[in-house]
Amino acid sequence: MFEYTFQWRVVWKHWPQLLEAGLLTLQLTILSIIIGLVIASVLAVFRDSSNPFAKYLSVTWVALARNTPALLQIYMAYFGLGAFGIHLSPYTAVLGAVAFNNAGYLAEILRGGFSTVPASQKFAARGLGLTATQSYIYITLPQVLQAVFLPIVNQVIWAMLATSLGMIIGLQELTGMTTFLQSQTFRPFEFYFVAACMYLVIAKIATMLAQIVAAHMFKGGADK
Amino acid sequence: MIEIQEVHKSFGSLKVLKGIDLTVEKGEVVCLIGASGSGKSTLLLCINALESINSGKIIVDGIDVHAPQTNQDQLRRKLGIIFQQFNAFPHLTAQQNVALAPRKVLKTPTKYAQALAQEHLAKVGLGDKLDRYPAQLSGGQQQRLAIARALAMEPDYLLLDEVTSALDPELVGEVLDTLRMLAEDGMTMIAVTHEIPFAREVADRVAFFHQGVIHEIGPAKELINNPQQQRTKEFLGNIL
Repeated sequence: MFEYTFQWRVVWKHWPQLLEAGLLTLQLTILSIIIGLVIASVLAVFRDSSNPFAKYLSVTWVALARNTPALLQIYMAYFGLGAFGIHLSPYTAVLGAVAFNNAGYLAEILRGGFSTVPASQKFAARGLGLTATQSYIYITLPQVLQAVFLPIVNQVIWAMLATSLGMIIGLQELTGMTTFLQSQTFRPFEFYFVAACMYLVIAKIATMLAQIVAAHMFKGGADK
Repeated sequence: MIEIQEVHKSFGSLKVLKGIDLTVEKGEVVCLIGASGSGKSTLLLCINALESINSGKIIVDGIDVHAPQTNQDQLRRKLGIIFQQFNAFPHLTAQQNVALAPRKVLKTPTKYAQALAQEHLAKVGLGDKLDRYPAQLSGGQQQRLAIARALAMEPDYLLLDEVTSALDPELVGEVLDTLRMLAEDGMTMIAVTHEIPFAREVADRVAFFHQGVIHEIGPAKELINNPQQQRTKEFLGNIL
């Protein structure tokens, strides 16, 4: 028989803690994406570099980030680096590991974006007298951004979900905090349900915002 | 005046241009004809330094195009180039496509650049398509957009690389009409083309390329109606 009585008031009582944890999740997501993008734009250029060290670094990074579990990457950052005398806080370890993971995926997304812009676009730009830099800024980059915009939004959501692994090393982000609160109150369903809604709402808002921005920025559509 | 002297160009071990000599006077229209791979398009890219050359010289209005001290970005303003594949910038409207280079290269204030774009788009018959994106234009319209874009830089020369080859047959006419109009205005043009009747009608001279050299060159009507070289006869016989 179904004997569980839902008690939502207890969740409301702890709402400030949940909100704080949700904001921590949001902060980790945004920071890890920004750091990931910066590193990825370097990796994407290194990938096609003639310098073998740069190329090797990029290939190795992308392979490790994409082909090992995110959880293992967090463990490595938190416990593994201790072997080299590097002791990170749970926050720094999660941020570092998720940024590392993002950089690998984003590098491949960016590289794909560059390959969608035909070389002839650059010829046409240079043929009009634009310098190499102008041609990159006004012709190549806007088209790359258009091509990679939605894949990057997907990566933002993936990064947000990955931060939940932080609870394993004691970080009280949204999942960690929720787990803590339900263990104190014995109300697992209510707390996890609300946490799930918070993840969903954040992800949906991010996607919708991105689509609105994209509709305004990229009116030309994909003409290839 | 464009002077091309003994120009050689290779891609790796493939020799594409094997000693080209050609002088094009101001106001002249020269058509380059010949089979694919004979080096015509490569020569155009070498003239405005989108490709380097291995030896020889190309001199545009007294400036040695490939000399290390030459500012090639500046030089390209004189030399408009239009490609087979239109190469309209897909993320910009027709008007923005045309106004971009005047704004960024010539530092024309945006308002004037937009007016300039309107004027040139009207000239090629796209005056009512200012806010359309390339994806919303037909191939012929995109190519006319590319012509307007090149003209907005007020170049002294136009280099045309098979500008009608990628168009549906019924759209070729509108682009050729635009070029005809430019020729009548006295624009200096070097055009790689497979449109032999167009070359006969509009060009002053026609050069037949074969295996990286100019095999035969002469006044347009004479060369096309009465070619002297055997290979030229065969080519024209196949294509006409």
